[in-house]
Amino acid sequence: MSRRRAHDNDDGYDRAYRKRRRVSENQEIEDRLESLILRVGEKSTASIESNLEGLASVLEADLSTFRAKVLRILTDCAIKMPEKCTIYTTLVGLLNTKNYNFGGEFVEHMVRTLKESLKACNWDASRYALRFLADLVNCHVISANSLIQLLDNMLDAAKEDGVPNVRKGWYVFAVLSCLPWVGRELYEKKEQALEMLLMNIDVYLNKRPKKHVPALRVWAVDEPHPQEEYLDCLWAQIMKLKQDNWAEKHIPRPYLAFDSILCEALQHNLPTVLPPPHHDSYEYPMPWVVFRMFDYTDCPETPVLPGAHSIERFLIEEHLHQIVETYHWERKDCAAHLLNFTHKLKIPLEYCIVEILFAELFNVPAPRYLEIFYGSTLIELCKLQPSTLPQVLAQATEILFMRIESMNVTCFDRFVNWFAYHLSNFQFRWSWEDWDCCIERDPEHPQPKFIREVLLKCLRLSYHQRITDMVPPSFQKFIPPEPVPKYKYHANEDTIYLPGVQVATQLMKAIREKCTPEEAAALLAELPNPLQDEDGDARLNPLKIDVFVQTLLFLASKSFSHAFAAISKFHIVFKALAESEEAQICILRSLFELWRNHQQMLCVLIDKMLKLQIVECSAVANWIFSKEMSSEFTKLYLWEILHLTIKKMSKHVSRLGRELGETRERLTRVESDDSEEESDGGTGTSKRKEDKPTEEIVERMEEKLEVAQADQKNLFLIIFQRFIMILSEHLVRCDTDGIDFNTYWYKWTIGRLQQVFLTHHEQVQRYSNTLETLLFTQDLDPHILDVFHQFISLRA
Amino acid sequence: MTTVTSPSVELSSYRDQHFKGSRAEQERLLRESTTLYVGNLSFHTTEEQIYELFSKCGDIKRIIMGLDKYKKTPCGFCFMEYYTRADAENCMRYVNGTRLDDRIIRTDWDAGFVEGRQYGRGKTGGQVRDEYRTDFDGGRGGYGKLVAQKVGAPEMGFIVQ
Repeated sequence: MSRRRAHDNDDGYDRAYRKRRRVSENQEIEDRLESLILRVGEKSTASIESNLEGLASVLEADLSTFRAKVLRILTDCAIKMPEKCTIYTTLVGLLNTKNYNFGGEFVEHMVRTLKESLKACNWDASRYALRFLADLVNCHVISANSLIQLLDNMLDAAKEDGVPNVRKGWYVFAVLSCLPWVGRELYEKKEQALEMLLMNIDVYLNKRPKKHVPALRVWAVDEPHPQEEYLDCLWAQIMKLKQDNWAEKHIPRPYLAFDSILCEALQHNLPTVLPPPHHDSYEYPMPWVVFRMFDYTDCPETPVLPGAHSIERFLIEEHLHQIVETYHWERKDCAAHLLNFTHKLKIPLEYCIVEILFAELFNVPAPRYLEIFYGSTLIELCKLQPSTLPQVLAQATEILFMRIESMNVTCFDRFVNWFAYHLSNFQFRWSWEDWDCCIERDPEHPQPKFIREVLLKCLRLSYHQRITDMVPPSFQKFIPPEPVPKYKYHANEDTIYLPGVQVATQLMKAIREKCTPEEAAALLAELPNPLQDEDGDARLNPLKIDVFVQTLLFLASKSFSHAFAAISKFHIVFKALAESEEAQICILRSLFELWRNHQQMLCVLIDKMLKLQIVECSAVANWIFSKEMSSEFTKLYLWEILHLTIKKMSKHVSRLGRELGETRERLTRVESDDSEEESDGGTGTSKRKEDKPTEEIVERMEEKLEVAQADQKNLFLIIFQRFIMILSEHLVRCDTDGIDFNTYWYKWTIGRLQQVFLTHHEQVQRYSNTLETLLFTQDLDPHILDVFHQFISLRA
Repeated sequence: MTTVTSPSVELSSYRDQHFKGSRAEQERLLRESTTLYVGNLSFHTTEEQIYELFSKCGDIKRIIMGLDKYKKTPCGFCFMEYYTRADAENCMRYVNGTRLDDRIIRTDWDAGFVEGRQYGRGKTGGQVRDEYRTDFDGGRGGYGKLVAQKVGAPEMGFIVQ
């Protein structure tokens, strides 16, 4: 037997196996490290300080092998768990004392993250990165001097010319929102520099235009709570903090316990970071107005709700919004985490939660998430906290109702939708009598209107008898009519002489007997045309349209499915009748007359007709503004229809644009493949050639997109022009008659105009030059022009 | 990093026994589907009510009401088809487990509507669950069919107010 050494028996397999085991062991360690780092600061039997100390020791040992991984995890934690900022800065601080080089590398890594986030327009990530760097000053990782330099550089953006105000605003916001963390340290070490910084911010805040603010307010008045623009609010909060000598007590600061160790460490200097120059493609976050509905008098005596200008209020709200952001995909988790808020014992938690959720729901121009997310999460909160939350929510509803007169129209709609939805989950139980003040009010006053619109929405979620049963007798006048069709061609002694009755009866019989669309059209051909003698479009026969639309849809009135099936089956008849915009408006008019008491049916059928291209968007818009619809003009459903019409157009344009982009991309990709192919000697497969889009196809798509965009522009022009006409008319008439123009009708209408701008601002943006040149000219009444200017200033 | 799992959107353990295809195929379809099964509806819940609630998650492509096989009347379920998966997922997140017509409704992924699937598969024409249940449910015909027969009570017996 030859004496073989142990490793002679190694074949490649064993070595590979051992290497794989080492790799997978490394992976295990990495995963464990990641888990330890992620979970530090969470509920533990030991104190946070001892956990941090322990973790720092563990990491120090692994820094040589796992440096890159640890850097990445820590940076990720800083960005994705901003509420644990001070925990991770302490950890970095401790690591810095043990390993100066690692500290330096981390700072570099974080700075790189900041730069990349700014360039990529990841605004939240940028702000959290900046804040993290600021807090590292508290841990003696970064020198106060170099932080001041960094903050100054960030503020330079506010002095730039020819850039959007939203850009400047964001940079100021980013700097200001670091100060709660590092203000005290800067005050102690670099008081003068801090003063300069604040002065620069003050100058900017005073100089900047604030035209956009009225458009973003939920309430038009500042009673009882001022509705402040977000920067103004934060500035006031920082000023108050400054007055208190920057003594900030809300943020947990584990690094304080390690101060003696940390201050022995050598600090690093930050490399220079400048705001990346503005690029037209950059989109900055929209400004907002801070939503306030509660103050300490609304809440129980203890714990006290922090004042509007206290920095605590800012920190708590930011934290709660962050919880919503993290958990919005799972409403139960979201509710649980909100109720488990770290500082829940220090604040009237339910009030804070309700306030921030409504702040998001009412956010102008749009809530961050679906409205139903907020509705269903509030329900979960009620389930988890049944003895307190429902009362707070009821109190909030009461407050909103009492202040509804000055609420902006967009928020009014959302309040209506939310309340009806909420009631539908709680057997529609509500103490309506508490609101009987609104019974005697002008029906156009927001309060009675709210009741009426809520009941209409409740009707959609239930049925008519239910609505009648759920309100007290005093509220009977608010109950909507029964949602049944009003068919005018019933054959009886009253309608004997009504033109069209006989054909209608025949048509009804034919349809019931499953006639073809051609047969139906043939019956309609027998109808005389009341417009025959006029010079107008002889093809347009309003009687034909009326008889057909009313009869068919009356027969199909049982349900949406029935109506959809009928419209589909007789699609060609519809298309033949709807040859002109005027004809399409006739169709809408007949539809309205039949279904005026079933608003939901109207919305759904018009949506279907748009989809099947029976009516055009412009026809719907003109119909909404027509004289015949003036009695419906301030009703919510009509605007539901307008907005769904605009959205359909926008979706269409977006889709064409997207398809064009994709096809162009495929074309250039294939072209470069082809050119490679040629140099290779043409070894391409035939499959690739089939997929190849041609220049011709791209051109055709471009044309289609142009046409769609022209249609979209035209739609907006029609809508805005009609608004201008109708509002100007009103203003002139009031002026002539010497009465106050500020009627309820006026407030609703100007509110609806603003709603179109805000809801569709991204699309309208594209045409603002045309709008300014053609419609919103200087000679327009300033009240109307103002709305336009507010819209422009939103992204200016 | 703060890996937020999304259990609301996961597949349930239900698999359609009448599905034509393999389990794997069914699961693939379920994971890509834009169609949802909606259950525990009252027999009186209308298409309109369903529309109103479910359109809060996105544009509805179509609703197919579940019908009693013999009576052709609603028997307490429906299929909900959205245009996009994202809208259907939002439905699973925010509508599943909330109330419609005073009842807690349930939504679940469906592999896709096929003609014939709109009918109840219970022996008496409604849903299977209504054959065997023993409780009294005023919105779903009263007692379960088997119980009703045994007791000799008319299905929709004395509606206790």
